[in-house]
Amino acid sequence: MKKLVSLLVLLLPLMATAQTPEEKGMEIAVEADKRDAGFGDMSSAMIMTLKNANGDVSIRKMRSKNLEVEGDGDKGLTIFDEPADIKGTAFLSFTHILDADDQWLYLPALKRVKRISSKNKSGPFMGSEFAFEDLSSREVAKYTYLYLRDEAINGEDSFVVESKPNYKYSGYTRTVAWVSKETYQPLKLEYYDRKKSLLKTMTATGYQQYLGKFWRPDSLNMVNHQTKKETRLEFSNYQFQKGLSDRDFNKSSLKRAR
Amino acid sequence: MDRLEGYFSQWVLKYRAWIIATSLVVLLAAGNGLQYLGFDNDYRAFFTDDNPELLAYDKVENTYTKSDNVFILIEPKTGDVFQPEVLKLLEELTTAAWQIPHSRRVDSLQNFQNTYAEEDDLIVESLYEEASDLLASDIENVKQVGLSDPLLFERLVSADGRVTALNITIEYPKVDADKELKSVVSQTRAMVANYQEAYPDVNFYVTGIAFLNNAFVEAGENDLSLLVPVSLLLMLVIMFVLLRSISAVIGITLIIIFSDVIALGLGGYAGVKLTPASISSAQMIMVLAVANSVHLLVSFMYGLQHKVAKEEALLESIRINLQPIFLTSATTMIGFLCLNFSESPPFHDLGNLVAVGVFVSFCLSLTFLPAMMSYLPVRVKVGEDVSVERLASFSKFVIRYQNIILLLSAVAVFISAYAATLNKPEEQFLKYFDESVEFRVDSDFANQSVGGLFQLSFSLPAEGKGGISDPQYLEHLDRFAQWLKAQPEVINTYVLSDTLRRLNKNMHGDDPDWYTLPESRELAAQYLLLYEMSLPYGLDLNNQVNIDKSATLLVVGVEEMSNVELLDFEERVQQWMQSHLPVSMQTKGSGAMLIFAHLTEKNIKSMLSGSVLALVLISMILVFALRSIKIGLLSLVPNLVPVIIGFGLWGLLYVEVNMALASVVSMTLGIVVDDTVHFLSKYLRAKREKGYSTEESITYAFTHVGKALTISTLILSAGFGVLMMSPFSLNSDMATLTTWIIVIALVVDLLLLPILLLKLDKEKT
Repeated sequence: MKKLVSLLVLLLPLMATAQTPEEKGMEIAVEADKRDAGFGDMSSAMIMTLKNANGDVSIRKMRSKNLEVEGDGDKGLTIFDEPADIKGTAFLSFTHILDADDQWLYLPALKRVKRISSKNKSGPFMGSEFAFEDLSSREVAKYTYLYLRDEAINGEDSFVVESKPNYKYSGYTRTVAWVSKETYQPLKLEYYDRKKSLLKTMTATGYQQYLGKFWRPDSLNMVNHQTKKETRLEFSNYQFQKGLSDRDFNKSSLKRAR
Repeated sequence: MDRLEGYFSQWVLKYRAWIIATSLVVLLAAGNGLQYLGFDNDYRAFFTDDNPELLAYDKVENTYTKSDNVFILIEPKTGDVFQPEVLKLLEELTTAAWQIPHSRRVDSLQNFQNTYAEEDDLIVESLYEEASDLLASDIENVKQVGLSDPLLFERLVSADGRVTALNITIEYPKVDADKELKSVVSQTRAMVANYQEAYPDVNFYVTGIAFLNNAFVEAGENDLSLLVPVSLLLMLVIMFVLLRSISAVIGITLIIIFSDVIALGLGGYAGVKLTPASISSAQMIMVLAVANSVHLLVSFMYGLQHKVAKEEALLESIRINLQPIFLTSATTMIGFLCLNFSESPPFHDLGNLVAVGVFVSFCLSLTFLPAMMSYLPVRVKVGEDVSVERLASFSKFVIRYQNIILLLSAVAVFISAYAATLNKPEEQFLKYFDESVEFRVDSDFANQSVGGLFQLSFSLPAEGKGGISDPQYLEHLDRFAQWLKAQPEVINTYVLSDTLRRLNKNMHGDDPDWYTLPESRELAAQYLLLYEMSLPYGLDLNNQVNIDKSATLLVVGVEEMSNVELLDFEERVQQWMQSHLPVSMQTKGSGAMLIFAHLTEKNIKSMLSGSVLALVLISMILVFALRSIKIGLLSLVPNLVPVIIGFGLWGLLYVEVNMALASVVSMTLGIVVDDTVHFLSKYLRAKREKGYSTEESITYAFTHVGKALTISTLILSAGFGVLMMSPFSLNSDMATLTTWIIVIALVVDLLLLPILLLKLDKEKT
């Protein structure tokens, strides 16, 4: 009896730290969210390069602004610059943690703002291999997590974490992320389709730290394994804390956005 | 030459043990290649890698999405599809279909992305969801959209509303093509079987390119597993009845197995991938190997019947058969090798495999077969074969009535030559499969309700990036689509201009007056952007718009048509384009059925040159081998007449000549010439060696080869006759015509050839 008690006492600290893979996955997600908290607002320029199975290439250019929202998902505004015939088109999105996201598009040719059905965020973003849901902010509560293993990727130690979407109408059954142990940013993401086969792989490269805290990639490359199509997204001119506010992210600001 | 033959026959018997051992070694070494022999399950196997139409089609598929698909049709036994139970089934099926391996996209009435205006917003959503909760008014709306939207009406919903279809786009990884296709087919079948059980009041039909490919595979497997054993058995029974010797049957069985295994094994090493059209090579080799061996065996038994010692009889049999078997093998090989002229690789493989098989059986029947026979016990009834008597009197009959026979033959030839012109190089692709094949039945149903496999794609380029939003381009695109819709054979069109008209209407509060094209480029581009951003996973525009929006794909579904009608249709489209569309927009049509149509047309032309070459080469060989220009040229008549009569008969009975029949001329030339060779070589031997008169020589030829010719014809026609039972018409039609020609050739060689000799090869003295 005495022996058993001492054994239990010995085991106690171990039991306390023994997390389930679900808990550890969640912990990593929460930590990543925490480390990125407090950026306030951010803007950047993007060049999107699409490539099809024939090797044909097409380019789109846009700028994006993001606003951190306390206690809810972020707000985003994307302004399209190229191709010319959609110049001035602007896209506004409010990510919500539990409710469906709100999305609007301003069409300058029609001079009107149109709401976009939020069920359909799984479709391709501007004909690219990125879906809306790949680009919108990843709110912790939108997924269920599972820590899989540790693995180095390109020499960088990472956690491999699986997440399953908690919302309906996702195009995926699950994603697997390689999260850097140093920056807590994803280095690689695999997307699995409805029939659970590997659909796409995204790799993020050129992470740089801004304001001594926030890590952002220079480029994201998405390869669709099923269609052999590819999209590369390159970011430049990252700017943080430029004093953007709610007033810059509403339906009337959409029309003003240039 | 005679001395060589003598030496050769003695050499064979002297080294018989070595010959058997060597044959076994070759069998094992070549047979090892069988493991590399693959099957190609893609209809693309019918095209060469550099086929321009296929390359163009590949480019279209790589620019947009692959058009490989599974097409499932559902038809309630009573009423139309707009009833809760059927809509519920369709919704479940649509969800389940995403689970089909390699599926990229699922399109149905249920997930059709319906657009409408609601206040100032554009709503883009599935036509219905949660079928069990639908109100009568909701169902009425589904019906109204289903029977009016051009993207649904007569495309996914039949005109009478009785049938609705589900299209699953498949994109194979192409790592293990065979396995990938099989998994798509088996899972689709399992899924359909499940729903069939749950919904017994609904009929299901399955077609699509995946099932077309699968039908090819199953046709090949059926031929291989059923027809090959049947014809083998038939060959053996015939051989036993004719030769009455178990040993002879064993000998022939070994020759068949060796020839097939060695030829196909070498094919395996050479990287041949079998298709249902080339699988029949196994059967053809079998039949031709028997034909080669039977001559040697018949002469050998003839010797035994005349009390010649066994070894002597073998020596004599090898000696007298060496030249004719060499010649007939050479001509048969040439006939088959000329299949390389075909536009379609499976026919190259067929020709090459059979040519190798014939070569192997030629070598073996003169070496391995006599070597085996020298070991095996052979007993025959001694005495004159009654058939010799009959053949001698038949010979007299022919000689007596030569003028009447000649006249009748001439009449037959002229009538046939006329009837042969009735043939049309026309075929219906789905009729490659007979009605015992489920795929054919289901595809016919699809064609009669919503259209199915017969689709033509036009990738219409615009000027520059984003050019598809240009109002002029859209105007032209729309006019093209309208013209297509007005054509009698067109069932449906899938075109971007219809989507833009709908969006424009939605943007103007669903006012039907605004069902027009957007008036500015910016407007069209922004509508498209909005629409694209609203589409869910898998239902994007990538299947009809290229990535820099400089071209769109228009898909037109047409009625089932023959290759000729398809090409005519495409020709009419081209003419319309030339006079109505700017040069920049003009483009050729593409699509699986259309590229097949181009292929068959080219194939007939190229096989015609192949056949002419075969004829020239074979005639040259005959002139050379028979050492007589006159006899060689004369042999053209009995070689060509059967082909003419055969095609004449076909013209009277069937008319439609398919891709495989184009190969029959060259193939059968090589086979029927054998009869002529055997007859003429015996005739000339009698004349030159024995100094017989023409009439005596004819009788000599009759009595010496008459039986063997009849037997080999019987064997060949029985062997090809079995192939006539194939449910795959490329094989069964080819077998039917070949069988006819082979039988006619015997008749011609026994009736017409002797008379020609009597008339044209008179005594010089």
